Amino acid sequence: MNKLILGRYFPGDSLIHQVDPRAKLIAGIAFIFISFMAKNGQGLILLWLFTFLVMSVTKIGFRAFFRGVRPLIWLILFTLFLQILFTAGGTIYFTWGPFKISEFGLINALFIFSRFVTIIFVTTAVTLTTKPMELTDGLNFLMRPLRFLHVPVDELSVMLSIALRFIPNLLDETQRIMDAQKARGAVFGEGSLFHQMKALVPIFLPLFSGSLNRGEELANVMDVRGYRSELPRSSFRQLNWGVKETICMLIMVLLIAAFAILDLVS
Amino acid sequence: MNEPMIQVENLTFKYNRLKESNTLSSVSFSVDKGEWLSVIGNNGAGKSTLAALLIGLLKPQSGSIFVCGIPLNEETKWVIRRRAGIVFQNPDNQFIGATVQDDVAFGMENLNMPVEEMRRRVIEALKLVDLLNVREADPSRLSGGQKQRVAIAGVLALHPDLLILDEAFVMLDPRSRCDLLQTLKRLKAEQELTILSITHDMNEAAASDRILVLKNGYVTRSGSPAEIFSAEMDVEAPFGERLRRLLLSKKRRVPESYLTESEWIQWLCK
Repeated sequence: MNKLILGRYFPGDSLIHQVDPRAKLIAGIAFIFISFMAKNGQGLILLWLFTFLVMSVTKIGFRAFFRGVRPLIWLILFTLFLQILFTAGGTIYFTWGPFKISEFGLINALFIFSRFVTIIFVTTAVTLTTKPMELTDGLNFLMRPLRFLHVPVDELSVMLSIALRFIPNLLDETQRIMDAQKARGAVFGEGSLFHQMKALVPIFLPLFSGSLNRGEELANVMDVRGYRSELPRSSFRQLNWGVKETICMLIMVLLIAAFAILDLVS
Repeated sequence: MNEPMIQVENLTFKYNRLKESNTLSSVSFSVDKGEWLSVIGNNGAGKSTLAALLIGLLKPQSGSIFVCGIPLNEETKWVIRRRAGIVFQNPDNQFIGATVQDDVAFGMENLNMPVEEMRRRVIEALKLVDLLNVREADPSRLSGGQKQRVAIAGVLALHPDLLILDEAFVMLDPRSRCDLLQTLKRLKAEQELTILSITHDMNEAAASDRILVLKNGYVTRSGSPAEIFSAEMDVEAPFGERLRRLLLSKKRRVPESYLTESEWIQWLCK
């Protein structure tokens, strides 16, 4: 039952799995910027090579990565069509009213497609190899500077980690409520859209009241176990920055340098 | 001798100020250091309210509570919570960490304890409840009994003087209940732990040193399990007492008071 959301994480022991979440997050963000540095053919090849290298190092089947692209496929296709049909320049292959298919349009589309897909692949590699809790810890660390702007970073990360922790419980509870309603003769997923939506009301109401009760009990537990947001807390989960993480950062720096050189050469 | 672990005097509480009847009415009792007190009573007798008051989740209308000699109020409740822990009924709703060891460490994180100390104490506490082998597991893989033991470990890691159990065994199967009772007995002897357990389970009550009976917010009786079981005819008594009452109704000569199973064997083989 709890495979739905936490299923993003693929347990494993690859090199990328072992890297500190902070390093992975920084590298992932860096890659988004790097993908915009690819401006010529060699750059494009390098971008794809790096992406496939990262994907194969995770030792996770490529299918999981394609699943990451699927929700965004319409957005990607839409942008591609706009590029192809409305960019002029270079040799024009086809004209029909305001629509033109030109050389520049096709090249632009290829670059945009590559950026989109490689960014998705690389960020998916980060989320597939990092436990949700580690991601939370990593984000907490990276957001630390925001404390000076009085952003409650630690409270936010406690909230996020509790939310993640309770997702499987809520899924179980939803299933239980649905089973209970089915046992009383309710039918889900049939009839008109309006009917289907109406059938969901008896699920959401008990789920809501259950969550409120659960929240109150949890708050009491946190209270008696001495949680006070105004006081400093230590952390049992420790992140450690070692050689691997430094190497990871160096690779990203080298990648930036490579793109800069390719740009200069052409 | 030393002062009592818990001293409650004339404690009165009601949820709704407009209501006539109190949830708790001038309740007074004390618990000695190293003692195991069970509080029993029907639903709505005020047992769980008493637990919430003792740990400072609710504020009494009148009366006073001393824990470890410290008067409980808004300022001191944090000090008291470092020395007293509570385990609630529902094991799922008190699991905060993503894994067993994270959850055990939660209370220590709140005290800003250094990591090395936390690691040491997590292992120590998990050994006490015999869960060291699942310390990396996430809660969905644990049984109800194991989750409850994790909750107890989370309290024990803080080296408390007092452990409050608010119907902590209700959702457990008889086997896990029995195991946990053994664990608690051992801990009480080894660590000089004071235990206050709120319960419906008469086997759990029979394991304690003393029983307090609450009825509609009043303390109606207090005494050893043997005294309570033979005096309170309307409590669902453990096996030993049921046997005694049955024999009594058959006009047989029976012992004066409640006996445990091993005591019965001795008595019957005499």
